[in-house]
Parts: sequence; structure tokens; C-alpha cells
Amino acid sequence: MSKLLCLVDSAGAGLGAQASLATFAADLCINWDSGFSICYVGSEPSAESMADLCSLGAMEVLVMADEQFARLTADAAAEAIRTLVIAEGYNILAADCSSFGRDVLPRACALLDIPMISDVIAVDATGPAPMFRRPVCAGKLIAKVEVTSTRYACTVRASAFRRERVPSGNSPVRRIDSGLDGITAGTEWVGASHVESKRPDLSNANVVVSGGRPLRDSETYERLIGGLADCLHGATGATRAAVDSGIAANDLQVGQTGKVVAPALYIAAGISGSIQHLAGMKDSKVIVAINTDPEAPIFSVADFGLVADLHTAIPELISLLS
Amino acid sequence: MRILVPIKRTPDPNSLVRLTADAQIDLDGCKWIVNPFDEIALEEAVRQREAGLDAEIVVVSIGPEEAADQLRACLAMGADRAIHVCCNRSLEPIQTAHLLAAVVATEQPDLILMGKQAIDGDQNQTGQMLAGRLGWPQATFASTITISDNHTTAVVEREVDTGRETLQVRLPAVVTADLRLAEPRYVALPAIIRARNKPMANVAVDDLGGVPDCGVRTVGYELPPSRAPGVMLPDAASLAAKIREAVQ
Ligand SMILES: Cc1cc2nc3c(=O)[nH]c(=O)nc-3n(C[C@H](O)[C@H](O)[C@H](O)COP(=O)(O)OP(=O)(O)OC[C@H]3O[C@@H](n4cnc5c(N)ncnc54)[C@H](O)[C@@H]3O)c2cc1C
Ligand SMILES: Nc1ncnc2c1ncn2[C@@H]1O[C@H](COP(=O)(O)O)[C@@H](O)[C@H]1O
Repeated sequence: MSKLLCLVDSAGAGLGAQASLATFAADLCINWDSGFSICYVGSEPSAESMADLCSLGAMEVLVMADEQFARLTADAAAEAIRTLVIAEGYNILAADCSSFGRDVLPRACALLDIPMISDVIAVDATGPAPMFRRPVCAGKLIAKVEVTSTRYACTVRASAFRRERVPSGNSPVRRIDSGLDGITAGTEWVGASHVESKRPDLSNANVVVSGGRPLRDSETYERLIGGLADCLHGATGATRAAVDSGIAANDLQVGQTGKVVAPALYIAAGISGSIQHLAGMKDSKVIVAINTDPEAPIFSVADFGLVADLHTAIPELISLLS
Repeated sequence: MRILVPIKRTPDPNSLVRLTADAQIDLDGCKWIVNPFDEIALEEAVRQREAGLDAEIVVVSIGPEEAADQLRACLAMGADRAIHVCCNRSLEPIQTAHLLAAVVATEQPDLILMGKQAIDGDQNQTGQMLAGRLGWPQATFASTITISDNHTTAVVEREVDTGRETLQVRLPAVVTADLRLAEPRYVALPAIIRARNKPMANVAVDDLGGVPDCGVRTVGYELPPSRAPGVMLPDAASLAAKIREAVQ
């Protein structure tokens, strides 16, 4: 019998990503009676986030809370997960494609000697062996991956499993000891600089306004890209070129090596549309591109294009939309 | 100290991707490169040495005969010697990590510096798996690395979803490179010629204990759904109307 455990963490992308993970889990365990469980790994969760986790249709919500996890290292988390998985007999693990999931899950897989499938965007569990789909080569192709192993793990792309679903049930909660006290890890958490933003989280926002290299400096970026995002209650994003030139913070990078987003509306201003950037946004519902070059590749994925200088077009849009 | 840099031969991202009749990737005429993140990892290792670190830099690649070209390019960039694990089949990260762990057992590096992700498979797993297998500390998605004077620890700044994080790892450890760690240098012809005399060892997969089966198989590929053609709008006012519709 299969036992599926979804891992979520305290720094994770919030309820939206957790709901997507639960949707994926429900799709995968369609043929079992046993359902799936959720394990929260992190510092003590708030009552609100516990209530959210319990509303996602899991058979059980395990809570592995430890103040040491406030400074979570992959080494410690993977060890705690390994111990839990062995003790409870889980054979399938899933996590969101967050920096937590991508950092910890492969390590836990190695400790358990099981394979892993990254960035799952679709699952078909109706046959004898599940078939997963995942983008490769910066999204130029979709690979179909058949898994015959009974033990494996996957990371799940939240944007691909965002569906209207009624939160179901009220899962029981069980506390699990992290067993961290006995672990002497070779990795020490030294510090973090987190960029606080009053805007919605980029990974889950309904609207994303992104800017590229021609934004020139962080003030212009904030005034134009930030200004337009605020009109639309959206998040801001950026290209690697914009991040590298200090125009935008690194956690705003969208693309093959940044975040993958699929909002209802994605506005790309001064973005050429490199394959690496497209990998992070081409599944958005409506794409708008503003670029001075009518030949820019971004127009090939745009639903609506405007050939214009963003320095004049965006202020106009801001005044028209506010 | 010894730094081991695993590198993968990958298709150039600017090459066209087509599918064969039986849904496999058609790589005919494709240009091949050193995976960009691995090139960044190697660049960082070379820079550390140029900045005074006493280190031997060893590159290792698991791949077909032609992967020797990419290893040569790495020797030209500054690696001291290369190990070529000849392997013609495509591997899952858990299998790659298995083979790399066997290389580590003989090479005994103090630091493994590798790419965070191979840009063909886009898995982003191998470094973490290798670290887990070896029981070594890991620091993924590195943007800066500072190695202590006595070579016992490294402080790594890493890029995470919420910003930046700093870890200190005990060596030996696995560190995976993000884009901003270093900008790979341009390699001039004399270095390429000199690199021809640097040693390259050939190792068979069987010498490393073979590849265990893992129960994961890519059965084929398909093209992503294409988007309907868009419309060009004449001015900001008509665009504003479309934006309003989209957010309703
Ligand atoms: C391994 C690897 C991974 C990468 N990962 C990512 C990733 O995750 N995300 C990412 O974004 N990039 C990534 N890149 C970089 C990517 O290849 C491109 O270099 C980058 O996306 C280009 O950013 P850009 O569009 O801002 O800049 P440019 O390519 O310089 O484009 C600027 C665009 O703005 C237009 N423009 C100029 N002036 C104006 C104006 N006044 N008004 C309007 N338009 C104007 C120009 O016509 C041009 O189209 C990666 C690269 C590599 C090698
Ligand atoms: N065949 C290979 N040979 C050597 N190193 C590899 C190979 N495949 C992956 N790697 C290393 O593992 C990293 C992550 O790869 P991946 O997990 O496949 O995204 C790459 O950046 C390389 O450093």
C-alpha cells in the first residue's frame, strides 16, 4: 500500500502553494483508499496556518515544530525527514518547488536511496505505473516520466496545480518529535537578509508586472514597475539582467533559474524574451509585452503587445489605470 | 586542498530543439557546451586559486566520448586535470550522484563545487544527493564563497526564495553554484593549446561499481502547448482597456 507525505515548511510560499501541493497529492493517490498526509516542518506554526493546513483534505497533518528549524538547514531537515519517513513507512514524498523543497528533498532522497522527479506539472495515476510530466530544456520540451519504483519523491510546480477546489474536511493533527537534539550537523546557519515587501508574493500573485534591463536603476524600477503593480494590486518581477545590474532584488527574478509564475496577467516591460525568461512566465493566462523593438521575441508569446518606450508608456498606463 | 568540479556536457540553449518521429529529442547538428552553471563553478574555483588559495582543481564528467571536448575546455579554463567517466546512457540524478560518490572515494576532495542545475534536464538534484550520500554538509545556490585560512570551513552566501541566506559549512562539503557566483572568463588560444598536455584519465562506469537501476524512465517528450497569436495595440489607452479586462 502506498503512503504519500507532502512536506511543507514555515518559510514556504503560503497557502496557495500548499493547496496546489494537496491538489497534486489528491491526483496522485486517486487509486488508493489511504489518501495523503501533510507534514509541516518549521518553527511553531500559528493557529491560522495550522487551520489552513488542516483544510486541504489530508488524512492527517503531522507537525514537526522545533525552534532549531527557525534557522532551518537542509542537513538537519533532511535527517529529520529521513527518520520520520522510515518510522512511519511513507514511500512517496512530495514538496513544492520552493528553495526549501529543492534544497532539502534531493538530500532526503539520497539518505533514503530513492529517485526524485523535479518540477512536476501533470500526473496521470490511472495506469499501473504513474506517469509524470515535467518541463526540460528551459521549458522547450515536456518530458514524460514513468515511475516503476514504489519509493520516490517529487517536487511540484504550484502554478500547474492551481485549481478551484473547495477545501475539504478538518484533518486531525499529530505532533512529531524532530529528533534534532541528537544531530550534530556540519552546517551552521549564520544569517539571512530577507527583503520585506508590502506587495503580494510573486509566486502566487494574480498579477505580475516585470521589468528588464532598460529600467536603468532601482528608483526607476520602483516608480514604473512598482507603480503599475500597485495599480493592479500585483507583484513585481524582473529579468536576470535587471537583477544583475542592481535594478531589482534577486528574489524577484523570474525564469529558468528564478521563480516560475503563471498569474492571470503578466506584464513584461523592456524584456527581450530570452528562452530562460520565458521558462518562468509563458504559462501565464494573459501576457502583455511593452518593448521598443517590434521584433523582440517576447511578442511571440504575448496576447497583447505595444511597441513603445516604457518610460512614456508606463506612466500613461498608471494614470489610465489608477 | 583539492577541489572537485563535476561538469556536464549539455546542448547549447540557443540550439533548436526538435522531436524525432518516436518522440525523442533530435540532437542532430546541435552545438554542445559545458553546462553554464558548471562553468561558473569552475570559474569560481580558478578565481579562488588565483586569489591565493593553495588548491588542485580536478574536473570530472560522466558522459559520452565527446564529453572529452568539454573537459578539454575546462582544462583550458584552469583545471589541473580531468576525469572522464565514459557513459553513453542518460542518467537520473540519483545515479549520477552514485557514480560521483565513487569518484569522490578515490579523489578525496576537500570541496566539491558544482552547478546547481544542468540546463538540459533542469533537475537541480545532483549536488544535494551527492552531499546526502557522502554525509557531507551542503550549501546550494551559492552567490559567494569564503574559504577559511586553515581550509576547515567555508562561509557561503546563498540565494533563496525570500532573499539571501548565509551558512557556514564544515569541509569537506558540497557547494552548488548559482548564476551570480562568478562570470566565466573568455579563454584565449594559448591556454587551449597548453591544455592539450594536461592529464585526462578515463574511467569506466564498471570501475565505479556500475549504475544501479532506479525505476524512473523518461519514455518520451512532447512540445509544450503553443499560444494563440497575439494582437499588437496602437496605444497605451487600448492596452489599458485590455489590462482592465484581464484583471476583472
Ligand atoms: C544559465 C542561464 C540561466 C538564466 N536564467 C535566467 C532567468 O531565470 N531569468 C531571466 O530573466 N534571465 C535568465 N538568464 C539570462 C537571459 O539569457 C537574458 O540575458 C535575460 O533574460 C535578458 O534580460 P532583459 O530582457 O532584461 O535584457 P535584454 O535582453 O537586454 O533586453 C532588453 C529589452 O528591452 C527593450 N528595450 C530597450 N529599451 C527600451 C525602452 N526604453 N522601452 C521598452 N523596451 C526597451 C529592448 O528592445 C530589449 O528587447 C539566464 C542565462 C543563462 C545563461
Ligand atoms: N553527467 C554528469 N557529469 C558530471 N557532473 C554532472 C553530470 N550531471 C550532473 N552533474 C552535476 O550536477 C549538477 C546538477 O545537475 P542536475 O541535478 O542534473 O540538474 C550539474 O550542474 C553538474 O555539476
